[in-house]
Amino acid sequence: MLKQTYKFNHKHLLGLEHLSKEDIELILETAKPFKTIFTRTIKKVPTLRGRSVVLLFYEPSTRTRTSFELAAKRLSADTVNIAVQTSSVQKGESLIDTAKTLESMKADFIVIRHFFSGAPYLLAENVSSSIINAGDGFHEHPTQGLLDIFTIKEKKGKIENLKIVIVGDILHSRVARSNLWGLTKLKAKIVLCGPPTLIPKDIDKIFPQIDIEYNLDKAIKDADVINILRVQFERQLEHLFPSVREYSLLYGMTKERLAKAKNNVLILHPGPMNRGIEITTDVADSINSVINEQVTNGIAVRMSVLYLLSLTQQK
Amino acid sequence: MKLLIKNGIVVEPSKKLQQQLDVLIDNGKIVKIAKKIDLKEKTEIINAKNCIVCPGLIDIHTHLREPGNEEEETIATGTKSAAAGGFTTVFCMPNTNPPIDNQATVELVMLKAKNEGVINVLPIGCITKQRKGEELTEIGELKNAGVVAISDDGSPVKNSKIMRRALEYAKMFDLVVISHCEDTDLSKDGVINEGKVSTQLGLRGIPKEAEEIMVIRDIILASLTQSRLHITHVSTKGAIEFIRQAKKNGVKITCDVTPHHFVLTEEKLLERPYDTNLKMNPPLRTQEDVNAIIDGLKNDVIDCISSDHAPHTIEEKNKEFDLAPFGIIGLETVLPLCITYLYHLHKIPLIKLLEKLTTNPAKIFNLKTKGRIDEGFDADITIFSLDEEFVVKKFYSKSTNSPFIGWKLKGKIKYTICNGKVVFKD
Repeated sequence: MLKQTYKFNHKHLLGLEHLSKEDIELILETAKPFKTIFTRTIKKVPTLRGRSVVLLFYEPSTRTRTSFELAAKRLSADTVNIAVQTSSVQKGESLIDTAKTLESMKADFIVIRHFFSGAPYLLAENVSSSIINAGDGFHEHPTQGLLDIFTIKEKKGKIENLKIVIVGDILHSRVARSNLWGLTKLKAKIVLCGPPTLIPKDIDKIFPQIDIEYNLDKAIKDADVINILRVQFERQLEHLFPSVREYSLLYGMTKERLAKAKNNVLILHPGPMNRGIEITTDVADSINSVINEQVTNGIAVRMSVLYLLSLTQQK
Repeated sequence: MKLLIKNGIVVEPSKKLQQQLDVLIDNGKIVKIAKKIDLKEKTEIINAKNCIVCPGLIDIHTHLREPGNEEEETIATGTKSAAAGGFTTVFCMPNTNPPIDNQATVELVMLKAKNEGVINVLPIGCITKQRKGEELTEIGELKNAGVVAISDDGSPVKNSKIMRRALEYAKMFDLVVISHCEDTDLSKDGVINEGKVSTQLGLRGIPKEAEEIMVIRDIILASLTQSRLHITHVSTKGAIEFIRQAKKNGVKITCDVTPHHFVLTEEKLLERPYDTNLKMNPPLRTQEDVNAIIDGLKNDVIDCISSDHAPHTIEEKNKEFDLAPFGIIGLETVLPLCITYLYHLHKIPLIKLLEKLTTNPAKIFNLKTKGRIDEGFDADITIFSLDEEFVVKKFYSKSTNSPFIGWKLKGKIKYTICNGKVVFKD
């Protein structure tokens, strides 16, 4: 159990790599009461009244952007959405200048999603606002990692010693990296599963405790959790796999495959899903699936993150 | 007026000489070297007591950016930077805009260098027109105009047949072909070394093999054509091993390394995540590669040390890591890094170290009057302190994209003398 006195001491959330086990546990614990707030009729608390949260998304997003916006609004913060397509970015404004403009408007938080790894670091170095990484390139997607862990813990009651299989395009997945950092800190047993072309080089040097298994049927045996990653079609053009059809054959999660796993195995997917490719509809909508709960929990976890970072800001 | 350098320790690699001597310069030439020289006539005197006096350093791999990218560097600022780093001769790479692929551009660079430069500038010409790898340049005309070597640096010559013809054809002019070894299909979109760090930071990797495959291809082509090949900025253990074997087999091959590839590793990127001053091509590699480079310098598989001075503006570098250009400046830190790391830390003898910055470049590229402190040679001389410590702060270069800012280094340049004139004084 977490000590009451533990203090969260981060100004930014750039990745789970730099959080301690205690930090992660605190975020998860704090998310619990926030979750009860939006099961009430009045889904709002005044915690962040007068604070501003700017959502700066350079990549399309439905769930993450909406989730952050709702999280901020339920904490009574003011939110602004920058639609990159209609902003000065189209006039060639650099990322740093865009962020400095937002800083000058006294944005307390900048939530950034960017297609290049490290973009949130660039902001953290150049502006004074708190930066929250909402997914950068292939690097990290810390709040997704946190909501995955929250969901698993809620269902399984613990993380330690659970066998968690992450399936798919690990190479290009920020979700996988954040899951790896978070879950290994909480001592889960992780198996990465995908074709060798999609397993990043030397990942076992960063996480020596994990296993790599190319065969999905073997990987899911005895698994407690299967986290299925989205596969992007353009990877086929990079010769990372021969065809979507073959990918689906080897790594698609079907009802037949699911039957070989434990009865109570949890199925996670960060979305958006390619139904019929990496996951079939009957699996996505099965009782093992917690995909919709992940979305709900995302708001609670993001409220928790905003709240805890705001405490550091006040110092 | 004559110039007399007194009381310094002269290091003359070609004679394996290291002793206290006076050096007399007259009319741009070295005229006398002796234990003690005293002149009655009026003479300018430099007291080099406790300092090393060596042949002026020669950098075989510099980007001066002119013409085309004067916001990054000019021949005027680049040569000042070189002089401050102890260099008296630099070879400038032809990836300018327009590229140095024709007589007129060679002449422009040489004229600018003569009028605005403070040290000797020798242009390198392109191997192929526009550096596109498709058609050979008029290599004979480039040679007549004054190029010291040919290279498409920044890009490899992808087509093996064209590379073969370039090597073959350049032979009649005794021109060395300098190769930037990179299989661009393997390295495509990569920004740092492929491995643990690229995986952790989520950046696309450049595998070592992208360099090594091309090194092997070029060795095979040099062997086929019996031509002279120089591999620049070698960065991997494997590449060094292939070059060692090729030398043993009698292939006419030489190579150079840059200080950043033996001082830094990819791990620095975990200390300073996404610092674009750690982004260069070839990328920073691993400790294993650094060790191989140090060994290669010790056992002379590696012939030269070059800067790969690649200036970029703050605007270009202060960006998302993927968008920032490759390259760092180096002219002003080459010698201090060599003295601090190779001499003091790895105990490489001074003669051997300076050979790779003076005598060897002169020998490989046929600079007949340079690279030595001897009577009749050009009065290009560098004077520096082995032990004086300083902090890297300001640069004479127009750009500041260095990962070594704030580092404490030894090997401070005291004087740079080019053609008998003091062009830099501490």
